[in-house]
Parts: sequence; structure tokens; C-alpha cells
Amino acid sequence: MQDKKTIVLGVIGSDCHAVGNKILDHALTESGFNVVNIGVMSPQEDFINAAIETDADVIMVSSLYGHGEIDCRGMKDKCLEAGLEDVLLYVGGNIVVGKQEWKDVKYRFNAMGFDRIYPPGTSLERAVEDLRADLYKDHRAAV
Amino acid sequence: MDAYLFIDFGSTFTKLTLVDAYEDNVIATEKSHTTVNNDVAEGYEKALRMLRKKVGKAFNIKKKLACSSAAGGLKIISIGLVPELTAEAAKRAALGAGAKVIKTYSFQLNHCEMEEVKNSDANIILLAGGTDGGNSKSIIHNAKMIAKHKISIPIVVGGNKSCTDEVKEIFGKDIEYYITENVMPKLNTINIDPAREIIRKIFMNNITHVPGMNEVEEKISQVIMPTPAAVLRATEVLSKGSLRESGLGDLAVVDIGGATTDIHSAAEGYPIKSSVLLKGLQEPFMKRTVEGDLGLRYSAKSLYEGSGSLLLKKYLNDKKYNLDEEIDKRYKNVDIVPENEDERYFDEAIAKVCVDISMERHVGKIESLYSPTGMIFYQEGKDLQNLSYLLGTGGVLVNSYNPKNILEVGLNKEENSMILKPRNSKFLLDKEYILSAMGLLSTIDEEKAVRMMKKYIVEI
Repeated sequence: MQDKKTIVLGVIGSDCHAVGNKILDHALTESGFNVVNIGVMSPQEDFINAAIETDADVIMVSSLYGHGEIDCRGMKDKCLEAGLEDVLLYVGGNIVVGKQEWKDVKYRFNAMGFDRIYPPGTSLERAVEDLRADLYKDHRAAV
Repeated sequence: MDAYLFIDFGSTFTKLTLVDAYEDNVIATEKSHTTVNNDVAEGYEKALRMLRKKVGKAFNIKKKLACSSAAGGLKIISIGLVPELTAEAAKRAALGAGAKVIKTYSFQLNHCEMEEVKNSDANIILLAGGTDGGNSKSIIHNAKMIAKHKISIPIVVGGNKSCTDEVKEIFGKDIEYYITENVMPKLNTINIDPAREIIRKIFMNNITHVPGMNEVEEKISQVIMPTPAAVLRATEVLSKGSLRESGLGDLAVVDIGGATTDIHSAAEGYPIKSSVLLKGLQEPFMKRTVEGDLGLRYSAKSLYEGSGSLLLKKYLNDKKYNLDEEIDKRYKNVDIVPENEDERYFDEAIAKVCVDISMERHVGKIESLYSPTGMIFYQEGKDLQNLSYLLGTGGVLVNSYNPKNILEVGLNKEENSMILKPRNSKFLLDKEYILSAMGLLSTIDEEKAVRMMKKYIVEI
């Protein structure tokens, strides 16, 4: 058995949507991950500090209120500065406002250094599957 | 007559408190100058002779216990990983143990920093870093640096438990170390009591840095804790009560000294309004903060030159003083006691500055934030707005004609303040100056300590 992988989970910026955060926490924990939930209204620094202390593998950012793009800017750079170059960055929710082409949004977040970017309506299973693919060479190890 | 004798070796005075072993009475108190430079036993013996004379009849000392803050007290260096997380948790553990935290280091230490550590006059190093199962690089690096630089003072290791074995190996037989529980086992969750207890034990066994203390230790039972730890303990017991005696509930103690102003609070300090979110590192129920720049003598200068000059003028109420001269006099001659009304008035103005700023730093703050869903508030630190009691101790308060005036400064008078100072607390005074003695007594008989505090600590 491998050690549990650690995910720092939180809702970024001044966003106080707590329900999705709780559901993610529950689902990821059930799926065998060690979830460090920093909760709602978390600045980038809190994600990064938490990842340093807990030696996290993934930082998973939620944003529901449309300001995700502004809130996430420069996050990868800060991670690099903090020595978290190997930590994967995931983001999901309603990360932008208005009707925008998903591929443009995805491109922009990719360019900002995010490894996985999820549109609204993504299933939990999809995220768990990706986490396993990214974190374990043998997918079944985390099951 | 059977009695307990409690001794407090302070930086200026050695204070004795004689307590009746059966009745809840303070028989007598006495003090004499602490004689650190040659032999602390001298000051102690002198105070004891004076005490015997004062009591006038023979008494049998059933038990003697002491606390000490002589020679600058217990000095600790704390090391953690992230400044706001494990480094802060380690600092709080050290403060809770009654120590003076001379410096806090974060991340992986370099050789320059290690030289600094080596050349400091710290008595103990508290090494933390990483949550349990979290980061291990930093604590292992720092342990290696400590071993490499052959640090000769005791190291308390309270970091990531997954690294314990490796740290033990690194230290081997060359470093005196003590393994304890992680000060921050989970993110933002603190666990400072185990580290505090180990620090107290080391303090008890290694208090050799004060000349003559070993000799005194043979005469008295033991120096069991640093004085601030005794005060913190008394605060806790008075707040929580004992098995049979109810406590006072939420309580904060203001201790104004020559070099520092300490605030001890016994309160959860959760947000009062449900709409306020709590942020940051968890607060300990028993929280101690120490302001090294706020004091009546040693720190009068830093108070005046730093944050306190405007406030000092405010609290002097336009009364004319040559400020530079008055401050300098107190800084240079730390033993002076006010001899006339003017000097007393000036001392009390400094005390007000101490209370004002140290309370503001001790309590939490609320920040507001505009969001698309309206205003959001979050709180960092303790909300003490509903605190029931504010208890004053220390010479300036005990000897003041109007201690209430000084303590009142600790309350918040503004309507919509973001600073969570107490609002309507009642004021208490440790008028017999027995708080540290009661902390010591509570280690023998908690019931008696609560009863005596409720008897001797008066509302003003």
C-alpha cells in the first residue's frame, strides 16, 4: 500500500460558497486522499502555506463567484517561489464570468500554470480519476 | 503553626508569600532585592529573616516551592517552517511555558542564523516544522544544522512525528534533546501543552544559569516553573475553578512589569456574531502574549521612542513634564520607586500606555471585505469583547491609588471598532500580589488556590 496523497483544498478569494467545498472534501476523503481543507475565502498564501507544512501533492482551488481568474493570477509563480514546483494545481467551478468559449478559458488557465482545469458541471468521479492518473502510476493503488 | 512558603525570584525582587497550611490565609508577604550578581541565596535569606520577624511567632514550613524569572527568566529560541504556521505555533508554546522568546526562525536555517543561535543566551531551543505526515525536509535540515554546530543547550523537538526517528539519529548522543508531540499536528490546529510541560521539566532540572540557584534549591524544595508560567497557571485555575469550587469564567490578567507587559487570557474567544468567519491558526484557550517593548523601567525608553510616545502624552493629560528626562531616569535607574505625586502620576501614565497597546496586540481583529455577495467579515485572533473580568497585577497597579483608572484603558470605548478588546469587563486587583504564589499553590492544592484567590483578589 502506498502512502495517502495529500490535497490542499479550498475556495479562493472572497468567495464564501461553502457547500461544494464540503462535498469535495467528503468525496475526496472517501476516495482515499488525505484532504487538508482550508475552507472558504482563502487567499493564495493560505493554500501555499498549507501545502508547504503538509507536504501536499496537489492544490485544488475552487471558485464559484466568477472572479476566479483574477484570484488565481500569479499563483503558480508563488508556488515556484515557495519551492512547490512539483505540486499540481487544479482549478474548477464557475471560474470565469459570462458565456466564454471553454477552450479559451482552459488555455488561459493553462498558461497561468494550472495542470487541470474543470468547467461547471464536472462530475466528482472525473476529478478523482484525474487525481489517480496524475498521482499514481498504477491507478488502482489508491482504490 | 504549619505553613507553605512560596518564593518568587524576580528580576528585581525576591518575593516571599507565607500561606497558612490549614486556613485560607496569607500569613505574611515580604520582599528583598534579588541578588543575581553574586548569589540569589543572599536575597532569599534576607527576605526570610524579615518575614520571620514580621510574623513574630514560630512557624513550621510544611512545603516550599519557588518560581523564578531571575537573570532574565527562561529564554527560548523557537524554530518552525512557515512563519504564520509552525513557527508561530512553536512561539506560542514557548510563551505558554512562561518563556521569553528571544527569536523565532523559519524555513531551513543557514550557517549565519546558526551562529546567531549559538551565540545567543537562550536556555532552550524549541524545534518544530511540518504537520504530522507533512513536510520533513525542513525539520531534518534544521536538526542536522543543530548537530553540525554542536548546540549545547537542550532541544525540544515538537515537529512532524514522521521525522522523529531520523531526528533522534541525527542528534545521537552529542545533543541533549527531548521528543514531544507536534505543536501543530494538523494544519491550523495547535497542540502546545505537551511541549509546554517538557519545557517546564527542563527548566526545573537545569536552572543552573542563575548563580547560587543550586544552593538555594537544596534549601527550598524546588524551583518548579518560570514565574510567568505560575501566573498563567493561576489565571487558568481561577477561570476554570476546581472540582468543588467554581471559577470566574472568562478572564484576562494584565501584568505590568519593568521590562515587559504580559497579558494572559483564559477564554476561547470565538466570534460573537455567527456571520463572522474565523481565520488563521487556532488560538490556545490559555494565551499569553509578552510585549518586550512595553514596561515601566527597562522598556520605558522603547515605549517612549516607539509606539507609545503619542499615547503617553495623551495619558499625561497635558501635565507638564520633561519627557526625555523622566524616561531616561527610569531607564537608567530601574530600581527607583515613585516618591511623590508627580512621579507616581508619570508612572501611571506609562502603565496606561502599556495596558492600552498590549491589550490591543493581545486581542484579535475583524477585517471586512467587499464581495459580490455583500460585506464579509473575518476574525483573526480572540474576540474578548464579552470578557467577564480584567485582573490587574504588578507593582504599579497594586500600589496605585486608583488602579481602576489604569485598567480601564484596556477596554474598548469605540462603537464600531474592528479591534476585539473587552467592552464591559469588571475589574479585579491582585492587591496582595499573590498570583504567582497561587499558581505554585495550585500544584499542591487546587481547591485551596481557587478559594484563596477568590478571597484575596478583589473587585475594584
